[in-house]
Amino acid sequence: MDLYEYQAKDLFAAHGVPVLPGDVATNPADAKAIAAKFGQPVVVKAQVKTGGRGKAGGVKLASTAEETEEKATAILGLDIKGHIVHRVLVTPASDIAEEYYFSFLLDRANRTFLAMASVEGGMDIEEVAATKPEALAKIHIDAIQGVDEAKAREIADAANFPAEVKDQVVDVIVKLWETFVAEDATLVEVNPLVRDPQDKIVALDGKVTLDENAGFRHPAHAELVDKQAENPLEAKAKEKGLNYVKLDGEVGIIGNGAGLVMSTLDVVAYAGEQYGVKPANFLDIGGGASAEVMANGLDVILGDEAVRSVFVNVFGGITACDAVANGIVKALEILGDGATKPLVVRLDGNNVEEGRAILAEANHPLVTVVDTMDNAAAKAAELAAAGV
Amino acid sequence: MAIFLNENSKVIVQGMTGAEGTKHTKRMLASGTNIVGGVNPRKAGEKVDFDGTVLPVFGTVKEAMEATGANVTVIFVPPAFSKAAVIEAIDAEIELAVVITEGIPVHDTAYFWAHAVATGNKTRIIGPNCPGIISPGKSNAGIIPANIAGSGKIGLVSKSGTLTYQMMHELRDFGFSTAIGIGGDPIIGTTHIDALEAFEADEETVAIVMIGEIGGDAEERAAAYVKEHVTKPVVGYVAGFTAPEGKTMGHAGAIVSGSAGTAQAKKEALEAAGVKVGKTPSETAALMREIMQSL
Repeated sequence: MDLYEYQAKDLFAAHGVPVLPGDVATNPADAKAIAAKFGQPVVVKAQVKTGGRGKAGGVKLASTAEETEEKATAILGLDIKGHIVHRVLVTPASDIAEEYYFSFLLDRANRTFLAMASVEGGMDIEEVAATKPEALAKIHIDAIQGVDEAKAREIADAANFPAEVKDQVVDVIVKLWETFVAEDATLVEVNPLVRDPQDKIVALDGKVTLDENAGFRHPAHAELVDKQAENPLEAKAKEKGLNYVKLDGEVGIIGNGAGLVMSTLDVVAYAGEQYGVKPANFLDIGGGASAEVMANGLDVILGDEAVRSVFVNVFGGITACDAVANGIVKALEILGDGATKPLVVRLDGNNVEEGRAILAEANHPLVTVVDTMDNAAAKAAELAAAGV
Repeated sequence: MAIFLNENSKVIVQGMTGAEGTKHTKRMLASGTNIVGGVNPRKAGEKVDFDGTVLPVFGTVKEAMEATGANVTVIFVPPAFSKAAVIEAIDAEIELAVVITEGIPVHDTAYFWAHAVATGNKTRIIGPNCPGIISPGKSNAGIIPANIAGSGKIGLVSKSGTLTYQMMHELRDFGFSTAIGIGGDPIIGTTHIDALEAFEADEETVAIVMIGEIGGDAEERAAAYVKEHVTKPVVGYVAGFTAPEGKTMGHAGAIVSGSAGTAQAKKEALEAAGVKVGKTPSETAALMREIMQSL
């Protein structure tokens, strides 16, 4: 789960990383009030979970409370790379002497963590990495030993932080590591990490990604979820314990196993090319395809108005195809008139003959059974095109 | 032959008495795996009957190994306890630990991996979040259904469980030396490269299917390895061409970040290394079929 800047900074502050004060506003009047409270020039920053806010007009300086209201009006509602701005962070404007970059992240290839640091911060770090790789220090972290003061100093030295601020930077690095570990983060990034004219180090921005698998030991993380910004279908699926991602196509997809479902999306996309249709979602119903799970899955997918047909693609490994077929039949009973779109079903593997026989017996008018994944995808795409 | 797991493997199950552990211990026994016991500190000393096979429960992995000569453990314990279970297996210096559990925090996986490295890599770790490994007709450690395909000469390595099953099904008339699901988490023990290296060295294996998916650059690195070190024919498949940027597609590790980790980049890297890449699972199987028929 990616956090907003203000949430990331709250976590930083809780772990002793220096940040500027700031408050979040959801409307221009509140933004004005926050600026008035600070009584000095402020920066109004769009809270969106994507980069490039500045270039998109999502970060603006305001010297008075009235100007803050104007800027907030301009920023709220902006569409930044598909993310609508619902909140702005209002924070005192700071004088900047130098901008640095710092992050802790997963290093998948080396199966550990990585610290990245540069005294050339403020810009896109991928650009720094591409154009000036020598300016970006990359230091591996041992997951057991972690980052103590000595390790933090090694990182600060490698990145050539100036001597006048090095002790502060070392302290910030240790505290960012504490944040990274204590919160079960997979990314903690500060860009820019700022040196002000008084040589004080401050995290001016913050990006944090939390590991959802660690949610069981962080009950407080559940409150960081932005329910308002969630896609309503994704929220509904999550409530029902389904692994669903909304996409922008017409062919609804249900399958078992993440890899098979990803593959199903691709196969449908290929088959859909000639009809101009695409997969509408990712939905992995996992191992036990019970009637209830199948009904919940179909319910979510049919709630997507763009969906014109549904492709149910199950390989019975541990799951038996007859159980899946019964699940489909009962799910259609549960949904009754709510089931409105044609269903293409491909079953293979464990007890496939029994499964296909159950569907043949039920002979539901909406259901077409196709033997192979490729042919079923073609059929689902054709039906979606016909239903448009 | 076969890789990592064979007819001499003696298998224990950590979490054998839990719901998943019980179900899959039965399945593994039914497929001929030599399971010699289980581990659960709260039930040490008890005996459990699995449809007629009575297995002892030990308090620790070390005790189980001493009593039975076990050299493989399959781990089904819940995510919150997985780190401790894997570290226990590593400390007992068991040869192979297959971690089936899904949903382990990545900090825990990074920690037990670092522990394995720090203690000299005496234990091969497969997973986490994987279906395990099967050498058909010899042994089955994990949850891969044994009835999909029999023994043969194809080696299979995959990030995904169901795509492993699908591919075994497509190529069931040829059979497999070993099929291994390495898991869909961002940090995993055994990698594509480890499996490719072992298949290359395995006399029984004549050709290799490699299945990848979006996220990370394991496939790109595997492609470089194939080019440099693998002489046997390799066929590849990559899932997730239509996955949007920044969304986790089921597997914790299956995410395109910015321009990194795309299926297209993986496919191109594999093709540049001389690996034939299928557009769909069945096309991939057809490519392998051609190779097997020409050998």
